[in-house]
Amino acid sequence: MNSNRVKRCGISKWLLAALLYGLFPLLASANWNSPYSEEGVESQVLYSSFSGRPKHLDPARSYSSNEYTFIGQIYEPPLQYHYLKRPYQLEPLGAVEMPKVTYLDQQGDPLPKDASIEQIVYSLYEITLREGVQYQPHPAFSPVDEVLLDRMEQLSDFPQPGSRTLTADDYIYQIKRLAHPAIHSPIFGLMTEYIVGLQGLRDQLKEARKESPEQWLDLRKFPLEGVERVDEQTYRIKIKGKYPQFLYWLAMPFFAPMPWEVEQFYERPQLKQKNITLDWYPVGTGPFMLTVNNPNRKMVLERNPNYHADFYPNEGEATDQAQGLLEDAGQPIPFLDRIEFSLEKETIPYWNKFLQGYYDASGISSDSFDQAVQLSGSGEAQLTPEMEQQGMRLQTSVSTSIYYMGFNMADPVVGGTSERARKLRQAISIVVDYEEYISIFANGRGIPAQGPLPAGIFGHQAGEAGINPTVYRWQQGKPVRRSIDEAKALLVDAGYPNGRDAESGKPLTLYFDVTASGPDDKARMDWYRKQFEKIDLQLVIRNTDYNRFQDKMLNGSAQIFLWGWNADYPDPENFLFLLYGPNAKMEKNGENAANYSNPEFDRLFEQMKNMENSPERQQVIHQIMAILQDDAPWLWGFHPKNFGLYHRWYRNTKPNLMANNTLKYARLDPVERNKMRKEWNDPVLWPLWGGGLLMMALVVPAWLGIRRKERQSLRVEVK
Amino acid sequence: MLNYILRRILYAIPILVGVNLITFFLFFVVNTPDDMARMQLGMKHVTPEAIDNWKQERGYDRPLFWNDAAAGAGQATETLLYSESTKLFRFDFGVADDGRDIGGDIRERMGPSLAIAVPTFILGLMANITFALLMVFFRATYLELSGVVLTVVLMSISGLFYIIGGQFVVGKLMHLVPISGYESGLDAFRFVLLPVAIGVISGIGSGVRWYRTIFLEEMGKDYVRTARAKGLPEGRVLFHHVLRNAMIPILTGAVVVLPLLFMGSLITESFFGIPGLGSYTIEAINAQDFAIVRAMVFLGAVLYIIGLLLTDLSYTLVDPRVRLS
Repeated sequence: MNSNRVKRCGISKWLLAALLYGLFPLLASANWNSPYSEEGVESQVLYSSFSGRPKHLDPARSYSSNEYTFIGQIYEPPLQYHYLKRPYQLEPLGAVEMPKVTYLDQQGDPLPKDASIEQIVYSLYEITLREGVQYQPHPAFSPVDEVLLDRMEQLSDFPQPGSRTLTADDYIYQIKRLAHPAIHSPIFGLMTEYIVGLQGLRDQLKEARKESPEQWLDLRKFPLEGVERVDEQTYRIKIKGKYPQFLYWLAMPFFAPMPWEVEQFYERPQLKQKNITLDWYPVGTGPFMLTVNNPNRKMVLERNPNYHADFYPNEGEATDQAQGLLEDAGQPIPFLDRIEFSLEKETIPYWNKFLQGYYDASGISSDSFDQAVQLSGSGEAQLTPEMEQQGMRLQTSVSTSIYYMGFNMADPVVGGTSERARKLRQAISIVVDYEEYISIFANGRGIPAQGPLPAGIFGHQAGEAGINPTVYRWQQGKPVRRSIDEAKALLVDAGYPNGRDAESGKPLTLYFDVTASGPDDKARMDWYRKQFEKIDLQLVIRNTDYNRFQDKMLNGSAQIFLWGWNADYPDPENFLFLLYGPNAKMEKNGENAANYSNPEFDRLFEQMKNMENSPERQQVIHQIMAILQDDAPWLWGFHPKNFGLYHRWYRNTKPNLMANNTLKYARLDPVERNKMRKEWNDPVLWPLWGGGLLMMALVVPAWLGIRRKERQSLRVEVK
Repeated sequence: MLNYILRRILYAIPILVGVNLITFFLFFVVNTPDDMARMQLGMKHVTPEAIDNWKQERGYDRPLFWNDAAAGAGQATETLLYSESTKLFRFDFGVADDGRDIGGDIRERMGPSLAIAVPTFILGLMANITFALLMVFFRATYLELSGVVLTVVLMSISGLFYIIGGQFVVGKLMHLVPISGYESGLDAFRFVLLPVAIGVISGIGSGVRWYRTIFLEEMGKDYVRTARAKGLPEGRVLFHHVLRNAMIPILTGAVVVLPLLFMGSLITESFFGIPGLGSYTIEAINAQDFAIVRAMVFLGAVLYIIGLLLTDLSYTLVDPRVRLS
């Protein structure tokens, strides 16, 4: 009995302690609804989120923006994009200066700078690194006690993490990793076309792995012909032919340094079993290091104590000064001490927490668009009064992407170079009203495309010179879509008067292959159908899953389809190669999804891709555009516009769609943030008291009812 | 009883083999390894060689059902079906497409799922039974009528509405608890408060009506009349005698879901940012990570079988007349 009571008391104590502990933050903190601990409230801690677990954090594998958010702050490739300057401009990061490029002939002898494309057989990039750059503290740089390894549950369990100086060998090691058969680098196939000897290295590594597939391969023992170590701080990359765009690849994490010790460290089976792998625990020289890596809940980047000297840019665009973007010019960076990313899968809770000040920045989903943004009389997006009152800042930018509707040029009806098919495509290009599409389905967040090149990419022309004359005419200083009558006239020329084949009299039915599985897709598909009906064309939607859709694209059985592209780098070549004949999707598995092939376009593309940005290059691009706009292999669709909202305490924000390492420039005013959080999140308690009273009002009559009923039955018994 | 348990375990084997075959068919035949590779390798620069390489690294380049290139028993064992099936039955779930160990992730995510599911289950059961008994107590009065109307209204509202509405009112307007998020340890309390409350409230409508039906059925039985005739107060009749005798149908509904509590709640976890197994499954479906989906389907089947077995066993505990043979 006593022991029971003691036990019960013990349990009660624990329950009480748990309740008090849980309630303590509610009672002690001013912000009961704060999802964070009080620690860090007053310091430079940026709060952000991620919506899904990143798949890869290995710089040789990672190739998506949600992964670059993390590794862009950790790994330092030789180059980076200038944060403020536009058009986008490369500058040294891991390198001390821009790479020196030498063109070579077949014998390996240097050629003059102005050598012709035909003469250039190889290009040699010589990269000299900054001196004295140290890696972040990491146990891979210290001796590992193999006996204790089984007890290590996470990286922080390892005693005394070490570091070492960055060398050219680390960059070379990473380039070799691109060829590793177990790493599946997404750019391996592309890079074999350029880096000399990369395919040969892959063959060697495959052979070596056959003998012992599980054993770590020390890539230092495998030579790569196209990469040469000059000295401790310098290395060279030899690529085939002339490929000026290679510099842009040098600004991506694929070419960041990787110390061999780190790869060897993570190859231990004891660590792999605990999900401690290089693909999850990056090691770099960048401004931040990943200290908490729980993709199921939270990822935390903390300032790298070994980060080298780095400074906020001193110059930018003309408007940057006025916008306060140069206030920190010349200051040492990074400003932030920590960045906390919380897993936030749904947009509604994310948006509400942003409004409460618990996230420092936010995009705008369709659900919250009307609450955040209103369009002015001139169609310009501006904040709603409610957002302005909260001191928010709206920043928009046209993304370097394109969403388009493509025609399969191998299709006998819509494809090919015949006049009939070309006019049919042109007629359809006119009737599918992308201005309306953007207004209905994208809340006005997009720019109708005049061709494949978005604004900000060299070769894009604004104004009258840049419009697509097949679809638009220039009137009163703006492009105006051609009329339905003009489209119908084109259809007559194509031999389909009133949407019927002039010879057979049968209505023309076209097939639209899509992967439309979302809740909004039905409305979207209905909209497309209606666009085609404007000129009496019947559009049959062939909905399918992603994999079947890919099959159709590969075997060329799709007729009309939707596709998109996000630029790897800010060069017209990265868009126009999507229409280059030898890149056809069908049979060649390239990125030319429309299977477009025009010898004149191909010739001009080959000429353009190796040119430096110059008026001559602009002229060639102009010719290319004229061909494309006339052939109309795509409905050029639209370039999406990004909208970003920032709280008043978040400084130095400028949309940079190319750079991945922008968090080192961000600065916060934590005092202001703390003040506003308190103001916006004062607990509202009266509904609780009201609810309590309501409960009392319900319970008391019930309680009285029970009492009365009990007494009645007793009275009956007494009687 | 031991014989009975052994027999039930033996019955479970063909069921699990069936589940394994169906999931294998869905995830390896309908959706081929080539499709998986394409999905995982992304949209850009995916070459046939990269697809072959991806399959080879995961052993997905082996024949599905029969290996003509192998000899003897190897023709059956050196196949994808054999290797994938045997791994599942050993509870070796392998690695997800992002390279993480699925077993490790399941163990890690089980805690947050239970932190929501267990209190929701216990408090929900208590609330449902209490309200149902009170409605029976006040039967044929305005209180019962109001209760029935209220429960019908509650059960007619979508679960999603409770979640979004709860987050809006309690988190956004009243600022009482975090709208979403999770912390481990005792700090989890303030994050699970709202999802648990919403879980309990959203289940009250259907739960109370179900238990009320059970109790009303019991109220018409002879032992209740006898108890009343002996002068027992109504409260004691209800909360002591009727409740005990209604335990079998209550257990039928309750014990069977006990093991499934481990699987978490798909929607609640997603909306509240709880890193449990429910959101794990949803994420895997969205990412078409079939290794995880297959593991979770198999685990769900195992837990459901365990739930049914526990239900049968629990009968013997609450009703001495039931004998397992």
